[in-house]
Amino acid sequence: MNRYLWPLVAFALLAIVLGVGIKNSKTKGVVASPLIGKAAPDFVLPDLRDPDRPFDSRSMRGRWYVLNVWGTWCVECRAEHAALMAAKASGKLPIVGLNWKDDSAGALGWLAQLGDPYVAVPVDADGRVAIDYGVYGAPESFLIDPRGIIVHKQIGALTDAIWESDFVARAVTP
Amino acid sequence: MKARVLLAIAGLLLAPAALAIDTTQLPDPALQARYEALTHELRCMQCQNQSIADSPVGLASDLRREVAEQLLAGSSDQQVRDYMSARYGDFILFRPRMSARTAWLWALPGVLLLGGVVVAWRIVRRRSAMVADDPDFDTPDS
Repeated sequence: MNRYLWPLVAFALLAIVLGVGIKNSKTKGVVASPLIGKAAPDFVLPDLRDPDRPFDSRSMRGRWYVLNVWGTWCVECRAEHAALMAAKASGKLPIVGLNWKDDSAGALGWLAQLGDPYVAVPVDADGRVAIDYGVYGAPESFLIDPRGIIVHKQIGALTDAIWESDFVARAVTP
Repeated sequence: MKARVLLAIAGLLLAPAALAIDTTQLPDPALQARYEALTHELRCMQCQNQSIADSPVGLASDLRREVAEQLLAGSSDQQVRDYMSARYGDFILFRPRMSARTAWLWALPGVLLLGGVVVAWRIVRRRSAMVADDPDFDTPDS
């Protein structure tokens, strides 16, 4: 083979490798969580709707549930709210709404206005629990199994389709 | 006049300090130095191309608080890095760790350099052989 052709071949190979890599990364900018398959960090936080009755994550042991991280400052959270309400109506998985670095009065107003899809709303005012869960942007949703293991993490807004395929389907047939 | 110029230069030099995002001061200068080094090598996950030391977003300041608290509590730099990567993955570390998965990343520059040296050495040898074989070749001195 012509020796001047080698750089061209190398370039073509590189282009193919990079092209395939870019094409297969449907989740650009999304960072896989190292917490998948690990125990969900336990926490006790005051509940938004009743600050005197703290929410203990261990009270969810023994059933599948979803931990949804949200805040009223989060635009995408508003976009996914309808899907959360539909998920609640379908009654297949309870949703715990971790209220992340938010203003409690505003958060209560949000739930009153848009509907309340949550079984509990622990308030993470200083963001420490969110750090333990490796949260870097709301909304994020974790599917947690009856033993308290994180099975799946969704970064970005939920939709009805994602809820069915990535959460309900996994919880029923893990 | 000279004093004014000096003042202006001093002002320019100090401006970045006034604009610093992070104004945390730890009580011990050694801790402060470790704190600054660590916050510069941890990625802000929200903005992704800034370190947590340079980022004004809320999560970055939460993570800086976490770094400061852990250093004050006596954690080593490696313990802080491990704490962060256990939650956010290796992506949060600007300096990738040496592991089976990242070994090629560290080895590649050396391999490429070695390859370049071999190619250059072969070209030099071939050229010098050509020169030696050429009866018409004159050096400027001869």
